[in-house]
Amino acid sequence: MTMDRDFRGMMTSIEKHQLQRVIEHLQELGYRTVGPQVRDGAIVYDDIASIEQLPTGQIDIQDGGTYRLQTDIEAGWFDYVVGPHSLKNYLFPPREPIQQLTLNANGWHAETPDLTEPPVAVFGLRACDLHALAIQDRVFLEGPYVDPQYKARRERLVIVAVHCRRAAATCFCHSMSTGPAVSGGFDLVLTELDDHFTVEAGTEVGAEVIEHLSHTPCTPAEIERSRQVSLDLLQEMQSRTPEGDSPRPRQLETDGIRDVLMQNLDHARWDDVAQRCLACANCTMVCPTCFCSTVGEVTDLTVEHVTRERTWASCFTGDHSYTASGVVRPSIKSQYRQWLTHKLATWIDQFGSSGCVGCGRCITWCPVGIDLTEEVAAIRGEGT
Amino acid sequence: MSATSAPSVDRLNPWQPHAARIVSVMPEVRGIATYELELELPEVREKYRFAPGQFNMLYLPGFGEAAISISSSPDTTGTLLHTVRAVGNVTTALAKKQAGDQILLRGPFGSSWPLDQCRGQDLVIACGGLGLPPLRPLIYEVLRRRSDYGRVSLLYGARTPQDLLFTGEYAAWRQGDIDVDVTVDLGDEQWAGPIGVVPTLFERLQLASERTWVLTCGPEIMMRFVIQEALERGIPREQIYLSMERNMNCAVGLCGHCQLGPAFICKDGPVFRLDQMEPYLHREDL
Repeated sequence: MTMDRDFRGMMTSIEKHQLQRVIEHLQELGYRTVGPQVRDGAIVYDDIASIEQLPTGQIDIQDGGTYRLQTDIEAGWFDYVVGPHSLKNYLFPPREPIQQLTLNANGWHAETPDLTEPPVAVFGLRACDLHALAIQDRVFLEGPYVDPQYKARRERLVIVAVHCRRAAATCFCHSMSTGPAVSGGFDLVLTELDDHFTVEAGTEVGAEVIEHLSHTPCTPAEIERSRQVSLDLLQEMQSRTPEGDSPRPRQLETDGIRDVLMQNLDHARWDDVAQRCLACANCTMVCPTCFCSTVGEVTDLTVEHVTRERTWASCFTGDHSYTASGVVRPSIKSQYRQWLTHKLATWIDQFGSSGCVGCGRCITWCPVGIDLTEEVAAIRGEGT
Repeated sequence: MSATSAPSVDRLNPWQPHAARIVSVMPEVRGIATYELELELPEVREKYRFAPGQFNMLYLPGFGEAAISISSSPDTTGTLLHTVRAVGNVTTALAKKQAGDQILLRGPFGSSWPLDQCRGQDLVIACGGLGLPPLRPLIYEVLRRRSDYGRVSLLYGARTPQDLLFTGEYAAWRQGDIDVDVTVDLGDEQWAGPIGVVPTLFERLQLASERTWVLTCGPEIMMRFVIQEALERGIPREQIYLSMERNMNCAVGLCGHCQLGPAFICKDGPVFRLDQMEPYLHREDL
């Protein structure tokens, strides 16, 4: 959604249950509403019709290779951090047709399938998610070629974001300058205060939604309290230190990181991490910015109807780098090195920013708990 | 070298293929044939322009796509040539096609040889095996504007004399004032030419290094030694260009497969100036 006028500072206060009206109103406008909910012990995104589905009172305890939900009577509606899903699942789905071909008397007829799906409104996105979205926009929309499906979905997307009130031990948005405050790219952003939300609109759509709610302008004190939520969390993240048995809080030194990694392509640490990495590709699946894909052929038995289907791909597979002369990156060492150097170094050359937003998903969902912040520190010679 | 979209590719839908008719199939050497293609729709055909070094994605529905360089003259309108070795799923299926059959294609994609920048200069075109087809459009362009260039040498090699491509054209190229030096790894009774790898042919050249441009395409190991020979002879780095091969799935920099260092080989390459690739050329499995 483009920003037509400046809505900054226009903050209103709503009762928490008003969020139900937001869902309903967006549904009335034709949106498919998607939000966080508990499934199989994790918080995922899926269709949402009621605020009862939100993971209220749940927090997530995350560490390398660890994700546990915990009930916390102090917790609010959005005090979990991030789960395995991200916006990428909706704008760049794991599997989708990109061309339909039919063989007729004149030969093959190829066409792009029409997007018949309704526009999507997603609730509960965080600062890191919105930065990841901006990064994927640069990949799919801002190069010499545009991905038509991504573009069609992106233009109609509505985002109801949330300012984080807590960080998992795997979070390091403060290192990547991507959070914890939501700084832009939203239609609405919520701050959860004790018994109500303060809401800020970022677009006309967001402002229009607020107008349909029972709302009151925020008092200066409420605005101040709302702002303080992110500032307090940022300060907490910056001053976190390892203590006792609790998970080690993450941070990543980004200063000069491009050259540090590219000048250390032969570092012994790549062999070390290759001993631990299973090349399972989980990190690339949960990463909100990883965009690799493969287009394959799906045919019927007559081979007269062919669907070209795009599926997520991962640099942790051999066929990712297959050429007629062989596989370019056959070893786990070369695959991990490709992933990490792309994410943190060559991404900067390609798209002008890091490919990492500090969401920590790759750390949490790695079955052996490989932690990219630790790998970078080791390559920097900082020890771990 | 800049990544701009071609007029025959829809920037907003780079996946849309165009139908092309196989006009003829010319067997070249073992396992390699040249396919002459004509884009079926006149409006597509008229818009289609390519520069030497660019490639198309040839598409056989049900089999998939393969990135294949264009081996014809960019000055020829109407048909396109692709010289293809049957090696994978798609190219093996293509080898079963014949004149009159239809295939689909997208393109052209990628960067091209620096024909304008090296005008007035000497050229060394060094290629091995199937590295010659991506350079043949350049050879045709040089022949067409021969007086625009100084001394032009083609260094070409293949495994055996039976693997040499386009042998029927060497006489015409020589007649057009291109020195053609050919070598093979393994000779036979009839072979009277040099034996050895392509980089060894540099010994036969009298180079004015400051005005020589080297354009190379072939196996990476060959290109590395060609580059070494060129640098040892004092040819400036900015005058050495190479064409890289990686796995290309989308051809437009969106699928991620063809990355090497910061480059997407499909859209930033396949033709690179040496300094763009040099940090990454000598690394194993990068």
